[in-house]
Amino acid sequence: MKIHEYQAKQVLSRFGVPVPRGFPVETAADAERAARELGTPVVAVKAQIHAGGRGKGGGVKIAKSPAEAGAIARSMLGMMLVTPQTGPGGQKVRRLLVEEGTDIRKETYVGVVLDRSLGLPVAMACAEGGMSIEELARERPEAILREPVDPDRGLLPFRARRLAAGLGLEGESLRKGQKFLSALCRAWLATDASLAEINPLVVTGSGDVIALDAKINFDDNALFRHPDIAEMRDPDEENAAELRAAKFDLSYVALDGNIGCMVNGAGLAMSTMDIIKHHGGEPANFLDVGGGATLEKVTEGFRIILEDPKVKAILVNIFGGIMRCDVIAEGVVAAARELGLRVPLVVRLEGTNVEKGRAILKGSGLDLIAASDMTDAASKVVAAARGR
Amino acid sequence: MAVLVDGGTKVVVQGITGSAGSFHAKQCLEYGTRIVAGATPGKGGTRWEGAVPVFDTVAEAVAGAGADCALIFVPPPFAGDAIEEAACSGVKLVVCITEGIPTIDMMRAMETVRARGVRLLGPNCPGIITPGEAKIGIMPGYIHRPGRVGVVSRSGTLTYEAVWQLSERGIGQSTCIGLGGDPVNGTSFIDALGLFEADPGTDGVVMIGEIGGTAEEDAAEFIRSRMRKPVASFIAGATAPPGRRMGHAGALISGGKGTAKAKQEALRAAGAAVADSPADMGAAMARMLRDRGLLPAGAKV
Repeated sequence: MKIHEYQAKQVLSRFGVPVPRGFPVETAADAERAARELGTPVVAVKAQIHAGGRGKGGGVKIAKSPAEAGAIARSMLGMMLVTPQTGPGGQKVRRLLVEEGTDIRKETYVGVVLDRSLGLPVAMACAEGGMSIEELARERPEAILREPVDPDRGLLPFRARRLAAGLGLEGESLRKGQKFLSALCRAWLATDASLAEINPLVVTGSGDVIALDAKINFDDNALFRHPDIAEMRDPDEENAAELRAAKFDLSYVALDGNIGCMVNGAGLAMSTMDIIKHHGGEPANFLDVGGGATLEKVTEGFRIILEDPKVKAILVNIFGGIMRCDVIAEGVVAAARELGLRVPLVVRLEGTNVEKGRAILKGSGLDLIAASDMTDAASKVVAAARGR
Repeated sequence: MAVLVDGGTKVVVQGITGSAGSFHAKQCLEYGTRIVAGATPGKGGTRWEGAVPVFDTVAEAVAGAGADCALIFVPPPFAGDAIEEAACSGVKLVVCITEGIPTIDMMRAMETVRARGVRLLGPNCPGIITPGEAKIGIMPGYIHRPGRVGVVSRSGTLTYEAVWQLSERGIGQSTCIGLGGDPVNGTSFIDALGLFEADPGTDGVVMIGEIGGTAEEDAAEFIRSRMRKPVASFIAGATAPPGRRMGHAGALISGGKGTAKAKQEALRAAGAAVADSPADMGAAMARMLRDRGLLPAGAKV
């Protein structure tokens, strides 16, 4: 799960990570008031959307007076902010963070990610801040320092010091950098984060070390023990169909193509997308109905696909294991009856109770196209989406 | 011959009295697996299905029923603990089916698993089956047939698809191993490939990977340097958009890492066959076996 920058800073400061003072606001008047309250010669006005690269799209601006902060807020609120990560349509700005100006002496990067081959979190530091870490990892991987984090003891002090020294920090700033890194890792572990990035981490003119920007993602599987974090979810930042699917415990990802897919199992669902593309088509979505799907879940999944206006044909690909083919067949029939089948439907069933499932589909009187295997299913659905 | 499990494996099912545990334990029993005990705290002394003794702890199941393998169906908040309990109770193999375990719980559980020298399959996996001998998991048993091809995969239903393609061609399986779809798991491709390479009952391996992480790239290096048996592979998620989690917690391309393309290229360079379509997994294996004169009698390509 993703949260906004202002929320990430609230979470981090709870664990002793230094962040600039600031206020989240939703109106220009509040932005002006926030700037006055902060009282610094300049303030930063930052658009709060989940996508990164906000500065490049004009979503981060400096104001030299409260009035200017208000004016910037007026132009920013409601705008469709386009960044390299939003897609061409952009994301609507509904909230801003007004923050005290920072005297920046040095910009660096720190982050904490899961290292899958170690099976541990790893704290990363890079003295060259400002740049995207992906670019840096590609071009100069040796510039990124890495230290493993103990899941019980956190980032050991000497490891934190190594990273802080690697950032080029000295004297009092070195000690502050070590404290910063320890606190960041403590926050990561305590909140079940999956990723934390401070880009940039800055050293101020007075030698303080603070998080000028902050990004945290959380492990969805652990949200059950963090109700306070789960509450930070911003539905405006998420795809409506994906949110609806999540309520039914369906794993759904919206894509750009026109062939709707309903599959059981993540690997088979990805492969179904792959084979559609292999045959010249474009999937409209990823949908894994899961192992233990009920009739209700299958019906809802099918409904979400049918309501997507992009969808020109649907492929149901099921290999029944725990999931029984007759349950899938009943769900497909129920949803198609309720909503009307406006596009061609190709069904490929195999596995547990396949004969029962095929009989249900056949007896339904629905006009559907049966497929014998994945290749047959993919070629039929691609042809159907093209109106053939 | 087979790897990790055979007809002699004695299984204790953790969470046997729950609905998923009970349902699948029954299916395993029907397949012929020796389910010797169940473990559910507070239900010790009772019998499941009137026959299988239930114990409060896994240690009691090991001592009282001789279990040497634990099969876990415990809900996600408690599954990390269940893995550690199994690892500390004297079984050699732990198979965790549970999906949705917090990653940090798995990091902690893995410390115990490693310290105890126990093998863990999963979590978030379909389990393991040696056709005709033992089914320890949730896969539909009837699609498998005994034979000499090993299967190893991060996915569940895609594995069934591959097994189906093999069985349809008349190519049986020695053992099918589910590694699971989570980012932190017990057994890697390299571990499984090493087991199959050393198994005299296995002639070739079907390896099914997916986007996310670098386990397939690591496996490619192992195939290149250490394997003589043929490996046919497929990588799911070639069309998945970067930055999106595709169902499995571990199926995520992040920071440009973990793409299907990089994995396919590494495997090809290592001498493995890489099927471009998921419909060709069985055929890719069959062609490799045929070229080496290892195709079973009556099997087709």
